[in-house]
Amino acid sequence: MKKALSAVLVLVLAGMAAVAMATPAGDNGEATKMPPAELQFGRVHSENHTADHSKFPELQGEFTSGPEVTRACLQCHTEAAKQLQETIHWTWLCPAAEPEAHLGKAGWVVNNFCINIASNEPRCTSCHAGYGWRDKNFDFTQQDHVDCLVCHEQTGTYKKFPTMAGNVVSEPKQFGGKTWMPPDWNKVAQSVGLPTRRNCGTCHFFGGGGEGVKHGDLDASLFKPDEQLDVHMAVAGENFSCTRCHETEKHRIAGRCYKSTPLTDRRSLVDFDQIKRITCYACHTETPHEDGHKANDHVDKVACQTCHIPAFAREHSTKMRWDWSTAGRKDESGKPFSRAKNGRPAYHTKKGDFVWASNVQPEYFWFNGQLTYTTLVDKIDPSSSVLMNKPHGDYNDPHARIYPFKVHRGKQPYDAGNNTFVVPHLYPSGKDDPTAYWKHYEWGPAIQTAMDYLGLPYSGKMGFVETEYLFQTTHMVAPKEKALACTECHVRGDGRLANLAGFYMPGRDRSGILDFLGWAGVIAAFIGVLIHGAVRFATRRR
Amino acid sequence: MTEPFCEIERVYLYTRFERFWHWAQALLVMFLLLTGFEIHGSYDLFGFKLATELHNYTAWTWLILYIFILFWQATTEQWKQYVPTTKKLLAVAWYYMHGIFKREPHPVPKSARVKHNPLQRLTYLGIAIVLIPVQMASGILYFYYNSLPEWGMSIPLSYISFVHTACAYALLIFLVVHVYMTSTGHSITAHFKAMCTGWEEVPANGEEQGAA
Repeated sequence: MKKALSAVLVLVLAGMAAVAMATPAGDNGEATKMPPAELQFGRVHSENHTADHSKFPELQGEFTSGPEVTRACLQCHTEAAKQLQETIHWTWLCPAAEPEAHLGKAGWVVNNFCINIASNEPRCTSCHAGYGWRDKNFDFTQQDHVDCLVCHEQTGTYKKFPTMAGNVVSEPKQFGGKTWMPPDWNKVAQSVGLPTRRNCGTCHFFGGGGEGVKHGDLDASLFKPDEQLDVHMAVAGENFSCTRCHETEKHRIAGRCYKSTPLTDRRSLVDFDQIKRITCYACHTETPHEDGHKANDHVDKVACQTCHIPAFAREHSTKMRWDWSTAGRKDESGKPFSRAKNGRPAYHTKKGDFVWASNVQPEYFWFNGQLTYTTLVDKIDPSSSVLMNKPHGDYNDPHARIYPFKVHRGKQPYDAGNNTFVVPHLYPSGKDDPTAYWKHYEWGPAIQTAMDYLGLPYSGKMGFVETEYLFQTTHMVAPKEKALACTECHVRGDGRLANLAGFYMPGRDRSGILDFLGWAGVIAAFIGVLIHGAVRFATRRR
Repeated sequence: MTEPFCEIERVYLYTRFERFWHWAQALLVMFLLLTGFEIHGSYDLFGFKLATELHNYTAWTWLILYIFILFWQATTEQWKQYVPTTKKLLAVAWYYMHGIFKREPHPVPKSARVKHNPLQRLTYLGIAIVLIPVQMASGILYFYYNSLPEWGMSIPLSYISFVHTACAYALLIFLVVHVYMTSTGHSITAHFKAMCTGWEEVPANGEEQGAA
């Protein structure tokens, strides 16, 4: 009996010890406390709320549509719509560029996903912070066209229908095997607050028409990330909402856009309290590592993201290649078909072939914050892969750093007569649409329709061109223990920076002549003394 | 091992500090070469990060030691042992190419007054006032590369690295030859023992009085 008891005791103690050892060190205290349910999608920068919107008489009305809610909002927030309408979230055009440049999604910028929104609006503008951008005749000045709710509602029940130009359904409707429900207008309207990761992620984690498609560092895994995925946004940690860094004033959200100028202001909040927290160094300063750490000497040439984001798409896969040239194939019965692999689409008759990947090592380029986009009116050289947005900067540019990028590669239609990119009319405007590619699978008419819609020339001769589209990788900052080791770059051969030229990097670079002469000298000396010693040995006194 | 044709005389050549700095410097230089060529990418031993850190600490240690060595040379008048001379230079060179195989006596035997033969004087002086200072200066420029603009300098890292690596090869070549040359005393280990104990065993064949 005693023996059995002590055996049980030993087992219990061993079990307790195992549990204690399995608990990681430092995994205690404040940092790991889960926040209350209402904060699971991020702590906003300020929690100084003084109003409870559910008590507002303006929000008790019988709403039946989005614009009605917007009008209610504007009764108090008189300047809100006007402010929003000046931003890129509304115009989809870079506010820093001249209108003639047509720089933006709503202009002549093309990508290698769905290429451009022109003539495809109802599908694309399901991610517009507005209601009813059905075609180019949309009235951008109408204040109640602004959708306040998509960014501010906090119930998580408000969903814009994927193909209804930013509108929500008024009765249950199916799309892609899911049912979209009409919102409980009062409930969503009364729930409003500052945007959380769920609000921003509703569009930005689904860019390109699906989860994880566009940005390798923005996908649904960031709704509730753990510390391994993102040290700043980790729910049980700092739990940043997007606007903690993308600081917002008058609806202007800090961040880069198409015509951003080189990043030259390197001040941190330590230097000046009005600095926007949009850069790493705004909070961490330009010497974020401990005193004497060599990494502090790297900040003049290497972006923080380069070492601290060792890979993107670490939890969910991201699209790496889209080949439009294989679109249009039918199955044996002559019907469009699709194929999936690892839970992601691999082929669709409408779109062609896709390649997805997880835990992807970024590619690295010198970048000073400025990108030049190849637009619909720029000539391209189709003989090699066309870089659609070229990062500026090189080693000698004091504002450039080595940055990590996701490179999305594609093969897409272009005008083989004019050597320009083209836009295809993809999304059918209705049952009788005569040219939409996703209805008829004919490139010629689809391209002609979209180019006519834009008022841009099309030679009538199309081909497919290889393209590359860059995404700066800046989210999914890993815990510091996961930062890159020196030898990821400081190594001969196939290090991460093997392709970056124009500068000397210890461990990677060397002078071939010097190494040859140096080792030749060492070997010559060695052989010399061996021979000398051998002769001495041979002639020694016997 | 004693050569039967001559007497052996014991001469106290190397004082305690001299032996200390010699061996300390030897260890430091060898460790710098070991870590330096790893940083250069020639092999993987400590790992780049640790190799870099060790290299830097060792380099600063050498700099401090070197300042003490120079101070010692200056204050003990030992610097005079490094004054270059061409007298008997060719004789010594010829000895190592020819005479040594015939067991001829060394043209410039060691003595307390003349510790180095003319070839050694030239070599050591070159290393002490050219090679090592250039190596240390290029190392300091390398270490403070980020601060060079503040110092009003603009030198590409590739140049600094080239000089630093070239000097490293020179030091390694010296090391190979130097280690071999220790075996050319009256016995294989005579010079080595002398640098350990301070006492050099010199063949006393009557020629040393004449050597200067």
